[in-house]
Amino acid sequence: MKERKQLSVSAIKNGTVIDHIPAKSVFKVLQILGLDNVDEMITFGTNFESKKLGKKGFIKVSNMFFLDEEINKIALVAPEAKLNIIKKYEVVEKKVVEVPDKIIGIARCVNPQCITNHETITTRFQVVSKKDVSLKCHYCGKITDQENLVIV
Amino acid sequence: MKNRSLVSIDDYSKDEIIKILDLAEEFEKSPAPNLLEGKVIATLFFEPSTRTRLSFESAVNRLGGRIVGFTDSSTSSVTKGETLKDTIKTVSNYSDLIVIRHPLEGSARYASEVASVPVINAGDGANQHPTQTLLDLYSIRKTQGTLDNLNIFLVGDLKYGRTVHSLLMAMLHFNTTFNFISPEELRMPDEYKIFLDNLGLKYYEHMDFTDIISRADIVYMTRVQKERFSDPMEYEKVKNVYVLREKMLKNTKDNMRILHPLPRVNEIHDEVDSSEKAYYFPQALNGVYTRQAIIASILGLT
Repeated sequence: MKERKQLSVSAIKNGTVIDHIPAKSVFKVLQILGLDNVDEMITFGTNFESKKLGKKGFIKVSNMFFLDEEINKIALVAPEAKLNIIKKYEVVEKKVVEVPDKIIGIARCVNPQCITNHETITTRFQVVSKKDVSLKCHYCGKITDQENLVIV
Repeated sequence: MKNRSLVSIDDYSKDEIIKILDLAEEFEKSPAPNLLEGKVIATLFFEPSTRTRLSFESAVNRLGGRIVGFTDSSTSSVTKGETLKDTIKTVSNYSDLIVIRHPLEGSARYASEVASVPVINAGDGANQHPTQTLLDLYSIRKTQGTLDNLNIFLVGDLKYGRTVHSLLMAMLHFNTTFNFISPEELRMPDEYKIFLDNLGLKYYEHMDFTDIISRADIVYMTRVQKERFSDPMEYEKVKNVYVLREKMLKNTKDNMRILHPLPRVNEIHDEVDSSEKAYYFPQALNGVYTRQAIIASILGLT
């Protein structure tokens, strides 16, 4: 009930709450998790004040639970996101995201001369740095860093 | 190596590199004119590269194989809008091995993933050109008798030159000392120096092309290309600085040899051609033996 006061949105009975998303990444997270295409009830907000992130956003999804490998995909845009798994209005589990070693799809290679930017190819990257995420393209070998990261 | 594509020099271990060089040596000693009998090799050149294509086609012909393919994309179905994937999948049906040259980076890796036959990368944009590296290694070993503990000078465009990057990566196996000579704008990128640092290999950087080459076992020249310079004035300043002239060879070691991936423009003066230290034309011939070895080993005919 405390959370309800803080965020002015109703608590969910069963589902997942993703918090501490950088404000500008909320729509990307929705997209990466495919939430723009589900029938469940979703509440999200953005541009809330946060001491840690400046401005943050959150997403609450009813009746959906994510596998670690799914949730780790959002690490690219929300490395500090925290997840609360809710069952019967109670938090039953907390999770943090982890940057995976490999990224399949999701991001676009920064190199305009890369074959993946000219044909319909699922991009593949090796994560060479997890802190300021930087990705090495499996095809052209070029590095895409956080600054140039574009989600597809 | 059988049935495995060769896209990047990293695809081969040290032992595998040496196996290819040994096999190339055998082809140089005793030709095998019927080895590829009944085999069809596709050479798909999405951009023209006459030198590389002729070298591959010569290698196939000398082994008695047949060639299908095209020499630039204007004569292929690419002009009709066919994707690379569809071209590769189709040509996989017509050939036992595909050699691909393509202007886009990563195209050869992608081709190797969609092809049902092995693929050899004959250059994918500014990215990789592993058969060039293997022929460079063959030339170095042939002229020096070994690949170990050599002092290699790389001269010219060290920033964008894919041949020098791949050669450096391959030579990491052999305790090489490197000397880099380039204009400030075209210095060897840090990512390669990090590899050397991690292995504790020595390297030195120079802006001036002087008699320091007296220490060299190999001087590897590259072209400084005008289009690499943001400021045309800078190009004008450096274009005549990194030129190798005959008088510079005076104090060099007897075993020193000059390599160049060709084509050259003016970076090796014509007068150097008659020196016994000029090795860039025999180097091109070595490309044929090396490509014979690569093709034979991928087709499992060794």
